[in-house]
Amino acid sequence: MKKPLIASILAFATLLAACGGSPPAATGTPGTTASAASADPCGVPVKGKCPTEAQNVTGAGATFPGPLYTKWIDQYNQLTGVQINYQAVGSGGGIKSFTDKTVDFGASDVPLTDAQFDAIAGGLYMVPMALGSVVPTYNVPNVTATIKFSPEALAGIYLEQIKKWNDPKITAENPGVTLPDLAITTVHRSDGSGTTGVFTDYLSKISPEWKTKVGSATSVNWPGGVGGSGNAGVAGAVKNQPGTIGYVELIYAIQNKLGYGVVKNAAGKYVDASLDSTTKAADAFVSPDFGNLKGQQAKLSITNSANADAWPISTFTFLLLPKDFSDKAKGLAILRFAWYGTHEGQSFAKDLGYAPLPSAVQKAAEDVLKTITSGGAKLLKVNS
Amino acid sequence: MLVPLTLVAITVLILIDSWPALTTFGLSYFTTTEWDPVKLVFGAAAYVYGTLVTTVIAVLLATPVAVGAAIYLTEFAPRPVRAPVAYTIELLAYIPSIVYGLWAIFVMVPVMRSVVEPGLQGTLGQLPVIGKLFSGTPIGLDLLSGGVVLAIMILPILMAVSREVLLAVPPTQREAMIGLGATRWEAVSRAVLPYARPGIIGGAVLGVARAFGETMAVTMVVGNSSRDITGSLFVPGYTMASAIANQFVEADSELYFSAIVEIALVLLFVAVLVNAVARALIRRSIADRPAGAVV
Repeated sequence: MKKPLIASILAFATLLAACGGSPPAATGTPGTTASAASADPCGVPVKGKCPTEAQNVTGAGATFPGPLYTKWIDQYNQLTGVQINYQAVGSGGGIKSFTDKTVDFGASDVPLTDAQFDAIAGGLYMVPMALGSVVPTYNVPNVTATIKFSPEALAGIYLEQIKKWNDPKITAENPGVTLPDLAITTVHRSDGSGTTGVFTDYLSKISPEWKTKVGSATSVNWPGGVGGSGNAGVAGAVKNQPGTIGYVELIYAIQNKLGYGVVKNAAGKYVDASLDSTTKAADAFVSPDFGNLKGQQAKLSITNSANADAWPISTFTFLLLPKDFSDKAKGLAILRFAWYGTHEGQSFAKDLGYAPLPSAVQKAAEDVLKTITSGGAKLLKVNS
Repeated sequence: MLVPLTLVAITVLILIDSWPALTTFGLSYFTTTEWDPVKLVFGAAAYVYGTLVTTVIAVLLATPVAVGAAIYLTEFAPRPVRAPVAYTIELLAYIPSIVYGLWAIFVMVPVMRSVVEPGLQGTLGQLPVIGKLFSGTPIGLDLLSGGVVLAIMILPILMAVSREVLLAVPPTQREAMIGLGATRWEAVSRAVLPYARPGIIGGAVLGVARAFGETMAVTMVVGNSSRDITGSLFVPGYTMASAIANQFVEADSELYFSAIVEIALVLLFVAVLVNAVARALIRRSIADRPAGAVV
């Protein structure tokens, strides 16, 4: 892919701004302990400073994991003194910056397309870091019960085929709930977003019609409805307008005390959306060949999980790392940081509203991190 | 020297980046409404339409208010209030557009949805032909709301320009009319306004330019949906600037990115054109008339 000139210039400008404006690295709190003396200080688990790792690293990508990465960056900085700049510019922006090599690592909520894989010289790994999920939120006056949506009903609503709240396809799943004869207005994200990517990926899996008519991507050609910018824009439109339905990230719904509906999962069960049921969605995850992801993107998707206790609209969020770092010092810092995130860092996930990785996925991430090289030599040493 | 060079550089960059879309879609880019990032088919007609409709609404609503305020402030208001009131209105221009957007979404949209739009539907909506403009479920996030926010935002520049132009009308114009026995209103409407007309039109054109490019506030209330063009003002719409703001960051394929840059190309072209027209009109009004000329 030809490098879009404007994008490169803008990315470069933001990079400069970000570097110039960054606070000085926090000093002190050396985490090194006497027991680690025999171990390689540059190995993992991360115990303290490593003399050969870069002190400044830049990354860009998905907004969804932003708060979690910020927490990890802060913790990692206290341990090692390394300053990591993460710019939450969105998944697409992260992929673009990574492809253009204006950042040292990228991040994305959605798998790359074939064309995007081809555009990246030297290839890349996508490493799962945490999990998130998307929930439908709605505004139906005088209904206090949680509304249940079958996959067909959800797809029908967003295809603009189910037009009223008392449509039989909705009422059939909600016995005992009186739904009004009210027009449905669908609300979607107007900005390109990983949230839309996950939601449309799910709809594509459960509705062949959706797959052919609309498809899945971070922005799609919506059959109708209103667009709101960001989770806040969608939630605002839903809150203000009776009869609306929208979709937001689970953490956003929890933090803002939005009510949300339940969706029938692949096993036919209605499971409440929660961090636990999100982690469950990754239980059925079958690790793809991470070294050769092109053409296998579908395996990275965990929507419509077969697990009976899983929330069906769940997703990984990934770090994008090159297979071979040209800069050894930066590579080491990034790999150690990623190791920290997928291990010690997981303990911060729940408090911040993210679902932690199940241990099988954590193991898969470990294997990938251990494979990454610089100049052909493996970078990461695991201290026992 | 640097400024024209910058403009040329920007134009060249935009042309290069939009080239794939220009060559792939050609004219159909302007005539079709299908904007599908998945299938990589891009037609910007709905965006162009949304921009035109919101801008027309804005200018239609803002011009009478702005010109009325300018006339009052230059001709009728007591002297001590003229400067402070004019200053206050001009101050509106310095409010960041995101603030207008927030105000619009929390205050204006609910009023539009529950009061203004049902009201319009019950009255003008009943008329033949015009009624079509007001059909559909009022949701508040639509082309009309976008236009109303824009009207408020272009009001200060329209008022400021109109006031300057009216102040530039030579006093002899008024004196001659009043000397002939005209009332003050007759002097204003027959002598002052015709004299100032090109300048006021220039101000309106500047307002159009501002409305064309305005992004944030409109994005927040216009609905951001590029459905087929229906002719109603009560459907969610999309403007060109909103489309760029919403989709630029996540445009992940070359053609998609290029299609968005082409919107920028159209906007740039229109902005330059509109500004040139406005400048010509204002200059004609202020400079080219010999003092004391009677229209």
